Amino acid sequence: MRFDDEPVPGYSLPILPGHVSPGRLERVLRAGKFAVTSEIDPPDSADAGEVLKRAAIFDGYVDAINATDGSGANCHMSSVGVCSLLTRIGYACVLQISCRDRNRIAIQGEILGGAAMGACNILCLTGDGVQAGDHPQAKPVFDLDSMSLLEIARAMRDEGRFQSGRKLALPPRVFLGAAENPFAPPFDWRPHRLAKKVAAGAQFIQTQYCYDVPRLRAFMAQVRDLGLLEGPNRVFIMVGVGPLASAKSATWIREHVPGVHIPDSVIKRLAGAEKQKTEGKKLCVDLIQEIREIQGVSGAHVMAYRQEEAVAEIIETSGVLEGRVPWYPGRDTQPEKQRMEA
Amino acid sequence: MYSVRRWVVRHSRVFEFIYNVFEPVIARLDPVWRGIGYARVEGPVTAVERAVKGFLFDCKMCGQCALSSTGMSCPMNCPKNLRNGPCGGVRANGHCEVKPDMKCVWAEAWAGSQHMKGGKKIHIVQKAIDFRLRDTSSWLRVVRQIAEQRAAVHGDHK
Repeated sequence: MRFDDEPVPGYSLPILPGHVSPGRLERVLRAGKFAVTSEIDPPDSADAGEVLKRAAIFDGYVDAINATDGSGANCHMSSVGVCSLLTRIGYACVLQISCRDRNRIAIQGEILGGAAMGACNILCLTGDGVQAGDHPQAKPVFDLDSMSLLEIARAMRDEGRFQSGRKLALPPRVFLGAAENPFAPPFDWRPHRLAKKVAAGAQFIQTQYCYDVPRLRAFMAQVRDLGLLEGPNRVFIMVGVGPLASAKSATWIREHVPGVHIPDSVIKRLAGAEKQKTEGKKLCVDLIQEIREIQGVSGAHVMAYRQEEAVAEIIETSGVLEGRVPWYPGRDTQPEKQRMEA
Repeated sequence: MYSVRRWVVRHSRVFEFIYNVFEPVIARLDPVWRGIGYARVEGPVTAVERAVKGFLFDCKMCGQCALSSTGMSCPMNCPKNLRNGPCGGVRANGHCEVKPDMKCVWAEAWAGSQHMKGGKKIHIVQKAIDFRLRDTSSWLRVVRQIAEQRAAVHGDHK
């Protein structure tokens, strides 16, 4: 998708009527296109070049890049740091904010700082427990939960005030997101919990890894019945997918990563394949294509941890972009160069 | 105690009934509390509340009791202090991501709310907690609010 008003890298797009943010992700979703996002694994380094290198892998295939915030409670470069680097050269990013490490004073400051740096999308997360990561001795903060974080962020944007009531001179123009896991119990509550998140301010959702399409279908049917996909406060659902490297790693993930549900049939399919890694990518493509057919699904969030280079191939094969080339630095100048050379 | 609090959640309907009888009674005692002074009764009432709710619900005295909205399962027992529902890490067996031996506080809450008349309150978004209210009496706060509302309606209590 090309926008006529594509700005100079580092500057925001104009905000369209009915939109809350100057970001590309919101534009693509509201235009009814199948959106694709992926995520950067922030480096254990202070190297800006490394961040840009990791982002460039997705060039031309994603509408926004998530910068994870201490994912799995492991220490990495901060999300706001990664987003600042990305927005400088025009990438669209999703600033992830988890409630695990900061209280509401720090978080509200970060929302302002992130928005000032050009982050147009914020994903409000509770965060993994500290026991899961490399610093289990750390103090878990959890001053807010994802729901109260959403509410506070929305009030900052729509009412132009901190939680304390103090006024903001310029509110953050951000598209607000949240996570959902349709694959964890209590299943019958999950759609209602999503409704609660929408009531608190969520406008887009990125789900946990989906390997169980029937379960997702049932979840989406309930979400539709609750009326969450209609009206001005509708929510856009992006389903999490990712390639599994092998049957062994799938089994390990199932047992050790909280909230990831991998059915036996998936593990069997991988185990039966000659080249398991290739089969893992194929499976991911199949999942994206199946998910796309489900009514109400607005996009896919591809999480390819340590297989980031596979994202482009997976998206390309799945054909979900329908020939659309999401913006990346140099997308619009390259043909010009070629033209000049010719 | 874990077993007591799980038993309570299984009988959430009964505890909802008890509380619904109890609340108007202590609310009617507002003149008494006012006579002695809310500040003075705060200490003893807090001690009683801590003992009773500690035994029944493993109450953590957050001072902003939400039990009627959470199926009588105290959300402060969630290791992430979630006040609005389960996280995405609930194990397939319904146990907690952080404490594998403990049933998810919110899976319990959902089950508990299904027995309660006011169970639908679980769908209402709970505001961020006010940490200043920790270790104060939730009962007295509710009683005071009820009394003030009544005063506002009837115009008495000058």
